Amino acid sequence: MAAESTLALSLVEEFVSGLQDSKAKDAAKGVKDGKFTVLQLVEALGSSLTSSQPHTRARGVHLLSEVLQECYGDLTEREVEVLIAFYENRLKDHYVVTPPVLKGLKALTKCTNLPPGSAVSMLRSVFQDIHVQVRLSYCTFKLKGLGADFVFGFVQSMDGERDPRNLLLAFQIAKNLIHGGYDLGKFTEELFEVTSCYFPIDFSPPPNDPHGITREELVQALRAVLTGTPKFAEFLLPLLIEKLDSDVQSAKLDSLQTLVRNSCLAVCLQLKQELTGLWTSVRREVFQTSSEKIESAGLAALTALTSCLSRSVLSSDSEDSLSTFLDFILKDCKHHLCEPDLKLVWPSAKLLQAACSASTRASHIITVAVMPSLLEQYNNRTQCSHRRTLLEVVQRFIHSVKNCQSSDNDESVLLAFREALCSIVFSALSESNSSLQITATSVLTSLAQQAGLLVESDIELALDHLTRLLLTEEDDRVSLAVVECAGALAQLHPALVITKLIPKLKKEMFTGKLLKISRILSTGTHTSMRQRCLSALAAVSIQPSVVQESTPVLLEVLRSAHTGNLAKKMLFLFIGVCLQIQRALPKCVFVSVFFFFVNAFDLFAQCRAYFLMRCVWLPFRLAGQTASRAVSLFLDGDVSFLPDNSFPSHMQLLKVFVKYRLQVEVPQIDKLLSALEEMSCACSHPLSYTSAAKCFAGLVNKKPQGDSLDSCACPQVAKALLLRYHPLFTTLTDKLFSLLDDADLGPMAADGFSLLMSDSTDVLNRACHADVRIMYRQRFFSENSAKLVQGFNAAPQEKKPNYLKALSNIVNKLPKQVQVTELPALLSLLLEALSCPDQDIHLSTLSCLEPVLVNPPQVLIQQLEALINRLLALISSPAMSVRIASLSCISTLSHFPVLPFRARVLRALAKPLDDKKRLVRREAVQARGEWFLLGSPGGR
Amino acid sequence: MSEGTRLENANPVIFQRSGERVQTASEEDEDVHDPIDDREIFDILSINDPEHPLSLEELNVVEQVRVKVNDAENTVGVEFTPTIPHCSMATLIGLSIKVKLLRSLPDRFKIDVCITPGTHASEEAVNKQLADKERVAAALENASLLEVVNQCLSTRSI
Repeated sequence: MAAESTLALSLVEEFVSGLQDSKAKDAAKGVKDGKFTVLQLVEALGSSLTSSQPHTRARGVHLLSEVLQECYGDLTEREVEVLIAFYENRLKDHYVVTPPVLKGLKALTKCTNLPPGSAVSMLRSVFQDIHVQVRLSYCTFKLKGLGADFVFGFVQSMDGERDPRNLLLAFQIAKNLIHGGYDLGKFTEELFEVTSCYFPIDFSPPPNDPHGITREELVQALRAVLTGTPKFAEFLLPLLIEKLDSDVQSAKLDSLQTLVRNSCLAVCLQLKQELTGLWTSVRREVFQTSSEKIESAGLAALTALTSCLSRSVLSSDSEDSLSTFLDFILKDCKHHLCEPDLKLVWPSAKLLQAACSASTRASHIITVAVMPSLLEQYNNRTQCSHRRTLLEVVQRFIHSVKNCQSSDNDESVLLAFREALCSIVFSALSESNSSLQITATSVLTSLAQQAGLLVESDIELALDHLTRLLLTEEDDRVSLAVVECAGALAQLHPALVITKLIPKLKKEMFTGKLLKISRILSTGTHTSMRQRCLSALAAVSIQPSVVQESTPVLLEVLRSAHTGNLAKKMLFLFIGVCLQIQRALPKCVFVSVFFFFVNAFDLFAQCRAYFLMRCVWLPFRLAGQTASRAVSLFLDGDVSFLPDNSFPSHMQLLKVFVKYRLQVEVPQIDKLLSALEEMSCACSHPLSYTSAAKCFAGLVNKKPQGDSLDSCACPQVAKALLLRYHPLFTTLTDKLFSLLDDADLGPMAADGFSLLMSDSTDVLNRACHADVRIMYRQRFFSENSAKLVQGFNAAPQEKKPNYLKALSNIVNKLPKQVQVTELPALLSLLLEALSCPDQDIHLSTLSCLEPVLVNPPQVLIQQLEALINRLLALISSPAMSVRIASLSCISTLSHFPVLPFRARVLRALAKPLDDKKRLVRREAVQARGEWFLLGSPGGR
Repeated sequence: MSEGTRLENANPVIFQRSGERVQTASEEDEDVHDPIDDREIFDILSINDPEHPLSLEELNVVEQVRVKVNDAENTVGVEFTPTIPHCSMATLIGLSIKVKLLRSLPDRFKIDVCITPGTHASEEAVNKQLADKERVAAALENASLLEVVNQCLSTRSI
């Protein structure tokens, strides 16, 4: 026993005086393991708890709280009672003691065997004694039993709170209170008062606010509290109305938005005068709208209110609150609709529509009340602008009715007015005023979008009207609206569109052709009419069944119009159509379109290419199809008896699909390759065989690795392999090297190296999805330069130029920085190149040399004599560009230690000063001036 | 030479430089013979002023209209205009022009450099010096004089 108390004592001593926080853990462990009891610990704490120093007291309480946090489960009811009494007492102590006290209380509340009533007393003392509102967070106990007392305490503690952080927390607690089912009791109004006094939130966070609380967060939190329970509704409504009537914009907006959120309002909306008040306020906001935001918020609030009312459950004795409310609305708004030239038509229409879109019942009531008068108005008015306004209002109504219609098979509200609506729409369509026509088409569109509303005869009539407008109306806006409407009709009624619209358009487009010449001469009407028909066709082609019908027509149009600007315009239009319909396109239609292009490509070479390019972006399935078609056309088609000049176009076709991505499996590739190879070797037509070789190369570049590719030595193929580092490439280059020794083919082979190193513009580039590795030039150079030097040394004198040419071709295409580092090794060869007879070699060698001369390597300095001799010899070359290049090299050389050559060079440079070409003279003047300054006082 | 002493004309009028000569198609044709013309000589004379970091063209000391060349008769005549009538640099400028032309033109040409009539106080004396072959050769033997001339003739890197 004595040992236990000493252990506790030493622990307490170390914690309180020694300030070792870890001892709290040890103490808790001691209690848990049963080494000493909590009571013994309290006894040990005795002296520190009664110390005159508040900090020592705080430290003591701290230790106790820490221990309690660990082992609250082991306490007996009696112990808890004692501890609570102690803590409640401690709350009255110095403020530094308060935090650990609260901590301890918090730990105690978790006890399972809390004595009844102790929580109440605990909270009461908490509320009594704690003044610092930051401590509000300690209120989040889960103590339902506390009920009204707790709410009251909470209300008291939150009253007058100003700190946004605490407010946010308080709102959250209040929300939890409401949703947690606490018995608010008689404090409902108090809780509402204490929270609603913050409404609407007027808070702008200070700049550099460290807590990052925004106004929006507060608004949301408060709104959640206020709209959280139906019990608040009776207090909230008057508050909202009051705030709506205020002048502050943000208050109005906030109240309206709160109204939208409030789903519990219905309960008390039975109260008639409240409803009237709300309606009056909302109506005023919309009628005297000052900002769009408030107007839309008001309309949304009205919709929310109405839908709320529609959902409310009626008791047998009460009247229907929805119809009462709608009666207000109708009474206030309906008469405005009868005065189309007044300003209030639109606001009232908007209000009615907002109510209308809330629920099916509301839409029924309002439509039945409003629609007849609108229709009657329309028939009575004669002015176009009035009629248009009315039509627009009607259209909005149709739209809002559509919005609220449920998906089940209710009969449309508008069904009763179908006939009347159709008749006014058709009468408007037959008017001559274009804006009326546009509005009428949009009404028609809205009507057409309602399933099951229009009957077949209506649609037929509508299509007739649309066709007529399409064919006769010149106004672009009208035809645009008509095209859009036709698209909407096609969405729901594809069958009718196919049988009525398409044949008519087709007929018009083709019979119209007879009149074509005269019409085009007079106005050009026909062209635009055709374009309109085409765009209408494109618009209706949104259902696969329609596409199937419209595509042949489009193709036929295309076939018949193949010349001039007209054709081009239409083709672009058509391509637009094709791209648009691809989404819904059945395979067979696509194939027919493609065949059409393939077969007709003599006429539409450009267009076809464009179209095929588009095909490249199609899914691979389709790409594969077109590829196989193109291949079979090429292999099995009528290539043999086509005239020569169509041959390149075949190639063109082939080239396009060579541009496919790597993944596309090209069918019959071996057969194709051999055919291409044969053609590239045997064909006499230069364009054909180069393009054949190019296609071949393009395919080889993409062919899967590991296939046998050893049959051809054409540089194009070599390049294709070089680009992707194919292992077989070395055999091809070896072949090329051996060709350099050939008397006839040598020069051509040397030129082939230039092809190898240069960028291809048509097929073998990244844009055509060729497999191009980085630095392939450097790689080629480093692998083959040694071979080249070797071959040069071994070659007989008359073959050496070929090697030099090949070398200068390769070096010339290398990036400059690589040249500078690689050249010293090849210098002797390059000097040799300067003395061979070929001017092209001279030029390319000189252009390689010049950048190197700016920063000469040591090797070059040793060979200065040879270099200067060769350059001076080239000054009198027959080629102007060679003369210029060598002079510019000489000019650069003056920066070297070349003083011994000065006299000789100056003498030699006197001659080009009198060259017959001015550009050469200019270079010579420059060079001679530099050399004169060499070694002269004031010069270099 | 100009350092340490006050500039005689510290704030000269600066003139717009004429642009680069436009290259014509015939100049690129291998077979056409381009005769030496006034503009070509004028382009050669892009010499630095001894006093200012400007070219003679910018100071309007040399102008294209005062350059006369006759390719067939092998004569070149250049008149230059000192910026002020008492310019002590006139002889030096003339010498620089003369040296530049000697270095840049074929031997066949007879080069005549003189001051534009009526623009300099000691016009006659300067012209006489510049026309005297022996005196020009002697001047170029003088290392310090040659240094200044070379400075004028070196391409400026700005």
